[in-house]
Amino acid sequence: MSRLQLILAVAAGIASLVVGVLGLMVGAPLILLVFAILGALSLARFAVPLPFWLDGGLAVLGTVALLQTLPVYEMQPPAFWCGMVAAWLFAWLFVERLSKAIRDGAVSERVFGLLIPVIFGLALLVFWELTTRGARVPMVLLPSPSQIWTRLLASLPTLWADFQQTFLKSVIAGYLIGCGAGFVVAILVDRSPFLKRGLLPIGNFVSALPIIGIAPIMVMWFGFDWPSKAAVVVCMTFFPMLVNTVAGLNAASAMERDLMHTYAASYWETLWKLRLPAAAPFIFNALKINSTLALIGAIVAEFFGTPIVGMGFRISTEVGKLNIDLVWAEIAMAAVAGSAFYGVIALIERAVTFWHPSVRGGRA
Amino acid sequence: MSLRTGNTIPVLIVLAAILLFWYVMAVWMNAPWQQTLNQRAGLTDVPVGEFVSQTWSQAKPLLPAPHQVAAEVWTGTVETDITSRRSLAYHAWITLSATLYGFALGTLLGIALAVVIVHNDASDRSLMPWIIASQTVPILAIAPMVVVGLAAVGITGLVPKALISMYLSFFPVVVGMVKGLRTPEQIQLALMRTYNASRWQVFSKLRWPAAMPFLFASMKVGIAISLIGAVVGELSNNAGGGLGVRLLTGSYNGQTIQIWAALLLAAALAAVLVIAVGAIERMVNLRMGARA
Repeated sequence: MSRLQLILAVAAGIASLVVGVLGLMVGAPLILLVFAILGALSLARFAVPLPFWLDGGLAVLGTVALLQTLPVYEMQPPAFWCGMVAAWLFAWLFVERLSKAIRDGAVSERVFGLLIPVIFGLALLVFWELTTRGARVPMVLLPSPSQIWTRLLASLPTLWADFQQTFLKSVIAGYLIGCGAGFVVAILVDRSPFLKRGLLPIGNFVSALPIIGIAPIMVMWFGFDWPSKAAVVVCMTFFPMLVNTVAGLNAASAMERDLMHTYAASYWETLWKLRLPAAAPFIFNALKINSTLALIGAIVAEFFGTPIVGMGFRISTEVGKLNIDLVWAEIAMAAVAGSAFYGVIALIERAVTFWHPSVRGGRA
Repeated sequence: MSLRTGNTIPVLIVLAAILLFWYVMAVWMNAPWQQTLNQRAGLTDVPVGEFVSQTWSQAKPLLPAPHQVAAEVWTGTVETDITSRRSLAYHAWITLSATLYGFALGTLLGIALAVVIVHNDASDRSLMPWIIASQTVPILAIAPMVVVGLAAVGITGLVPKALISMYLSFFPVVVGMVKGLRTPEQIQLALMRTYNASRWQVFSKLRWPAAMPFLFASMKVGIAISLIGAVVGELSNNAGGGLGVRLLTGSYNGQTIQIWAALLLAAALAAVLVIAVGAIERMVNLRMGARA
């Protein structure tokens, strides 16, 4: 047992003991007391080795107990907060021991490697729920996940309309045009060394600029509806694509190009069969960066004026009305949409660049 | 952006071409409105040369000519008193301070996370996927809520904007530093072990110096996006001032020249910041004895 594990085990046991004592004083619900007793008994691990699954079980039990305790009190007693610390410690100890077991090869990496980030995410969610509801954090500051979830379910039609407006219209259109234009210009620029030397430094520089600031100008030029947002997205996605594609087209080595030359391959054949496949990792890198940029661009552009629908519009107006739970529901949807967008591109990348070492190694 | 001998002339030529294109576009885009204006004034046959110069000097053009924007920046920064709210330099300073504050916080957070991740297997496994996932989320969308939420508990001014900048800039630092702190090879780590080096010594004498190039590369990305964070943070807080507010008020009042001037200043600010980080990098490299 490493030193960190030792500290965690002792701290978790003692915290459970304290929960038990404090819980008995305020007459806490039975399940919390059960958790406290079992947690304190886990100190027996120094005499009898306990499997790490037990720590995981204790963390789950603690979470359930705390969620059960939540509605019982108006103001949560110290036993509740102490219980939260104890449950957190057990979860931490479990993850610590599980990752040790994975490293030692005691359990399969493939199945349980995924479990650890999931546990961390769940723990964060539970922590958020318990603190916001337990400490009665005002909703303006931070609504609890359960409030957000109910609000999300209640306002699905609104959310779907916003999603259509922002994602299906502005983001997709802008993304396709911006990436396509960047790609085509890169191939044109690639033929002229002079342009390459002149445009690349500028492209690199523009990639670092706050391009999002052109949003008000685009709204002025293209009107309030989605074309102006798509235009912002085009401008934001163009330069990363240009720079990455040009870099990627140089990725094929001179020897490979010479080989194509000895085959009497034409420019287009070399491009299609050698240089574009070699550039694919770079191009996909740009596509991935752009998937995030596109969503940000469309949402922020909507802060500058839209028809009365759209994710950015909803966020900025509902913040003004202090409907923070709806804003969070909107953000949750944006997060899911953004991650899904990124995930789809990552999947395509794996399929297209199956030959690349990073894919063959099993890690994208 | 490098001004190496090979690139300077092509870059200048491309820039000149862009400028020329801008002037032509200004004529083309402003012409319809100028014609309406002239018709209202009863001017029928304006000579072409005069018409072109008219399109370059409208008060609220669709696309202001470069010299109009340059003049606005000049009057806003040099000719206006720096404490006045009309001064562009005043607004740029507000944005700059929020950017630097958030960038410093983000870099520190990023380094701290990277150190934890490199030294602890469990946190590597649990944190890293979420850190990457956090960037597929359109963080900037949260900006108005952070500003309003913190205002509700009495925190206004610099801090909310800095927090947004921090959220944006910690990511490249974490990713870069995790890579950098892991660059020392097994053989170097083994050497440190034969020296009986403590964990802290391995960190400070091997891992940290090895990570420096990665840190600076990430900081260059980080400072550019933390400027974006600060500008977007200002969009939700009209009272505070800053370049973002200039953009917003400009768009409400149709003051296109004001928008372009604010944009140009933001671009210049980004350039200066990235160059400054590059300069610090070279200084540190020299101190560490690396060949430039």
